[in-house]
Amino acid sequence: MHEISFRREFLSGLRAIAPLLFAAVPIGFVFGTVAVGQGLSPLEVGLMSALVFAGGSQFVAMDLWTHPASWAALGFAALLVNLRHILMGASLERSLGRFHAWQKLPSLLVMADEIWAVAEARARTMVLTPAFYLGLALPFYCGWVVSSLAGALLGEVIGDTAVFGLDFAFPAVFIGLLMGFWKGRETGLVLIASAAASLTVYHLVPGAWYIAAGALAGLGAAFVPLADKEQTA
Amino acid sequence: MSLDLMTVAAIVAMMVATVFTRLAGSLLVRRFDLGNKAQKALAVVPPAVLMAVVTPTALAAGWAETVACAVTAVAALRLPLLPAAAAGVLTVALLRWLGG
Repeated sequence: MHEISFRREFLSGLRAIAPLLFAAVPIGFVFGTVAVGQGLSPLEVGLMSALVFAGGSQFVAMDLWTHPASWAALGFAALLVNLRHILMGASLERSLGRFHAWQKLPSLLVMADEIWAVAEARARTMVLTPAFYLGLALPFYCGWVVSSLAGALLGEVIGDTAVFGLDFAFPAVFIGLLMGFWKGRETGLVLIASAAASLTVYHLVPGAWYIAAGALAGLGAAFVPLADKEQTA
Repeated sequence: MSLDLMTVAAIVAMMVATVFTRLAGSLLVRRFDLGNKAQKALAVVPPAVLMAVVTPTALAAGWAETVACAVTAVAALRLPLLPAAAAGVLTVALLRWLGG
């Protein structure tokens, strides 16, 4: 009985992550080729994907890469690019009630944007189980490491992913997930605040600051209607 | 196959930074008992982050992306996630082909 439900949950997770995995594999491949172009060995590429497992900060690192590598600059850049994780982890924590402590730690360590977004969407309608999360994280982690390693080893770029619109798969899936979070006018206010801050910072500040800016603006907007309600009560 | 010491140091520094950001939020929520209001506010983090991620694509990448984002959003109201996302990808591929 327990076995069956574990398997069912794991397979649901697998199905939910499949489109994102499909989109991530060519990106991982491109990352591998870019990294080798910057002078990293395939072993170092695989090591980075396995240990860091954060596509955004890995591409930023390739932009900033120097010889010899500057661990301070690259570590600090990774910290800035990934600041959004702090808010994401705080939000995800509320949905990890079914997880033991030993399951929480690895779950949070592999909290990539894609895995997190699908997990949050699941938790909105159902109980998030460790088996479902494993079904998301395991194939996505393996897919990222293997595809970047393959890109590093095979070298030649498969072609521009933009031609097939594959690069659009990430925003498309994110928009689809986003529509599920709509709860009425309050959500509208959050989305407008987030979009305005994101677009402004995107144009003014280089790097991935726009994501943290949008998240914070959205969070700030959430306090506005809540405060109003309390005053009228 | 080679490992450069400075490269490995940089990878480890990136890992430490990423591990910190991934664990910090959860630890903060567990350590400090958040009020009801803060708990409720955290519920808007997923849509706020997703919106922040897609906004530059939707509004600053070009008209093909803008149209495709709108198509995806409308499709997602009626269709499951996968076909809705596929509609967006097809739209952007088609519009780029027409425009390119």
